[in-house]
Amino acid sequence: MYNAKAVIVGIIIFAGIFSAPFWVNFNGTRDYKRPELELPKTPNEKACIESAEFMRANHMTLLNEWRDQALRNENRVYVASDGKKWTISLQNTCMKCHDNYAEFCDKCHVTNNVDPYCWTCHILPKGNK
Amino acid sequence: MNNSRRSFLKVAGLSVFALSSGVAGLANAAQVAPGRYERGANALHAKRWAMVIDTRAFKSAEEYKPIIEACHSFHNVPKIPGKQEVKWMWLDNYDHAFPDDLSEHQKPSLLQAQFPLLCNHCTNPPCVRVCPTQATYKMEDGIVAMDYHRCIGCRFCMAGCPYGARSFNFVDPRKYLSDPVPNPTFPTRMIGVVEKCTFCAERLAVGKMPACVEASGGRILFGDLDDPSSSVRKALADNFSIRRKPNLGTQPGVYYLI
Repeated sequence: MYNAKAVIVGIIIFAGIFSAPFWVNFNGTRDYKRPELELPKTPNEKACIESAEFMRANHMTLLNEWRDQALRNENRVYVASDGKKWTISLQNTCMKCHDNYAEFCDKCHVTNNVDPYCWTCHILPKGNK
Repeated sequence: MNNSRRSFLKVAGLSVFALSSGVAGLANAAQVAPGRYERGANALHAKRWAMVIDTRAFKSAEEYKPIIEACHSFHNVPKIPGKQEVKWMWLDNYDHAFPDDLSEHQKPSLLQAQFPLLCNHCTNPPCVRVCPTQATYKMEDGIVAMDYHRCIGCRFCMAGCPYGARSFNFVDPRKYLSDPVPNPTFPTRMIGVVEKCTFCAERLAVGKMPACVEASGGRILFGDLDDPSSSVRKALADNFSIRRKPNLGTQPGVYYLI
């Protein structure tokens, strides 16, 4: 191989720079602090539709599923795993309890650099902007 | 040699079948939620929703205004002046509403009247055929519905619709709505999506008649076209009715008694 030294050094430097984001963030989770959420102060319900763990991990896919079921299949009622029935509506069901957008939704979304655009159409509860 | 090719094809065929059925199985098991979905207990059902507007019962264009207002305020439809207007229900004259010339010499009261126009919820909706994202689709009950989440604003549906029933949000509609919006339980739309009448699918789901039907005081009928004993079928059987642009073959679901 011509210029073997330069080529190999070049490859090593390239690999280093290319994988830099991984090295920089290698202990990224150590600095990450889970945001403190403000749970609904005056909840209309005792508990959320499913367990907190499930909601934390899957609320976005659940909302997508709700949307498709309600709009396309006319299934506008969700029967939770505990048998309780819920009307499928982000605006009229979820936000009835989770009425503090900045201290609940946005806390995690901002920390994780997520920018959902639900509220360009759906209406936030009073007092939120 | 032949034998080994035969066995190779057998194995290959079986593995393709196994893989594809596995993929199909995965696609069916896509639901994340641990619960299940069902229809609302009070929901109204039909095989084919249709509307019959008794234009004879309306004496002037003014009488349609409260009905249009009821629709627009329930659905947070903004009042935008000029060509960027958004409308779910609107008025137009006979020539524009029914350009397929029935007869040049209809009674003058008919030729000079204004007619309430809205999405016809066609049996063969051209807008659904042209939508590249399936943002607009036909439901089992005949309603041509929209999922604004999926709309990319290409406006093919506006070009496809022969009735001009679709409006594009050229600007943020919230700028033209009061704050809070007229109906805080219903969403608005956003800039860059197309919108139209939904036959009030969200009201039917909770057992209510569409907003315009409710506001019309019996002059607009709504019911199941597939049910011979429904109010719409009775009205159509007893009266002469016309539909907009019938020669296009879209089979509109909105009938006008004249």
